Amino acid sequence: MSDEQKKDQDNQLERRSFLKCMAWAGAGVMWVMNAGVLSSCQLVPGYSRHKGVFSFVQISDSHIGFNKEPNQDVTKTFQEAVNKINALEDQPAFLIHTGDITHLSKPEQFDTAAQILKGAKTNQVYYVPGEHDVFTDDGKMYLERFGRGTQGNGWQSFDYKGVHFIGLINVLNLKQGTGTGLGGSGFGQLGQDQLAWLQKDVQALSSSTPIVVFAHIPLWTIYPEWGWGTDDSAQALSYLKRFGSITVLNGHIHQILQKVEGNVVFHTARSTAFPQPAPGTAPAPGPIKDVPADKLRSVLGLTDVSYVTNGSPLALTDSTLV
Amino acid sequence: MFSGLKKDVSRFAMVILLGLFLTGCTLSNGAEQGRVSSGSQSSSQPAASPNSDMSNMKMPERLPSSETKVVRVNSVPNQVVIENFSFVPATLTVKAGTKVTWVNRDDVPHTATATDKRFNSKTLDTDDQFDFTFSEPGTYNYFCALHPKMTGQIIVK
Repeated sequence: MSDEQKKDQDNQLERRSFLKCMAWAGAGVMWVMNAGVLSSCQLVPGYSRHKGVFSFVQISDSHIGFNKEPNQDVTKTFQEAVNKINALEDQPAFLIHTGDITHLSKPEQFDTAAQILKGAKTNQVYYVPGEHDVFTDDGKMYLERFGRGTQGNGWQSFDYKGVHFIGLINVLNLKQGTGTGLGGSGFGQLGQDQLAWLQKDVQALSSSTPIVVFAHIPLWTIYPEWGWGTDDSAQALSYLKRFGSITVLNGHIHQILQKVEGNVVFHTARSTAFPQPAPGTAPAPGPIKDVPADKLRSVLGLTDVSYVTNGSPLALTDSTLV
Repeated sequence: MFSGLKKDVSRFAMVILLGLFLTGCTLSNGAEQGRVSSGSQSSSQPAASPNSDMSNMKMPERLPSSETKVVRVNSVPNQVVIENFSFVPATLTVKAGTKVTWVNRDDVPHTATATDKRFNSKTLDTDDQFDFTFSEPGTYNYFCALHPKMTGQIIVK
């Protein structure tokens, strides 16, 4: 079969499966990358998720300590997220928390989060901090509690079944945006020390190694007016461009957004605490307050990531708490 | 977002639409004014859409959907109110020796952190206050360490 014919067949398959997806309804949304194209399907109850080499779950923005509209009990919804993970048929190899573990970096808030995560069936949790975890003491308390085995200010890498994972920190020493209102970046930043470490970290890896990068603030520019981006993310990604499969997982914006750029899949996860507005749809990026109580759990959730086979992109499955 | 408007009217001396904002227009205010008035509602969509369709797979490229912007002027002397992710007023001019108070009226925490670290409120949760007395004349730039797009200025004469 020629490449053209193969492509046509793929397209037909894709159209067919897309139409099927349109007819589904359920609690979660599954994202699958196929031939460089992302497709989404509503999950039907009882749907058997991708069984692969292994999977892990990303949780984000638990904001323990937040107690206002629309969620006065973020501890409860965080616990529900962990319960949901524990109920998965195929248990994830580990969890990744992409930051804003706490709302105000208070010791008791860190304690509550750690206590709930102790209840997870998988006992391995990897963390990166959000700005809410580090802004009172430049991350000292965060590092004492969650920084074991990390380098520098808390960045880290590890390998799992042939996939290389990199946890980056882009919430320290946030610089003032220039001017008032619009203008200036006010973005996250990685900094030269971390970038130098990253360059060295991936140097010896074969280009066929799948890479997963996780960090709190998105490593792509989502909405400059709200500071939703990272100043020096392009430099970090330039060290990774030779790799065939790169998955970038972020939090911070409390909603799902996706972008595919070449071999890179960018994805942001929902919060387990409260939703934030889509870029530019509100005057400010604060919590969406007027979420009816019975709808709250449909805008909170987590991301399940499956590594199916070598050479294929990772499958991302977003699901809500209900 | 405008449901809290009534409350705001009582809290602030003046609530006016940007289009009527005639005094103190700097170049940047003018630019922002133009931008806001050219914004259209055509692309507005419900916030927190469930991302269940294909339309969310591309980056939204929308201008802020609100056509009007409320500019608030704080009525309490020597006080900066933090609300809606802004310092109000963004520039406050005081005499040397004045104690300036920041109060956070947002439902998320903020800080007032001097660019040169001369003062730092640390965490201001909702309704928390912070005072700093400016004894030396000068221009003091500050920002929110959590949301560095939020910036303000105290001019001490």
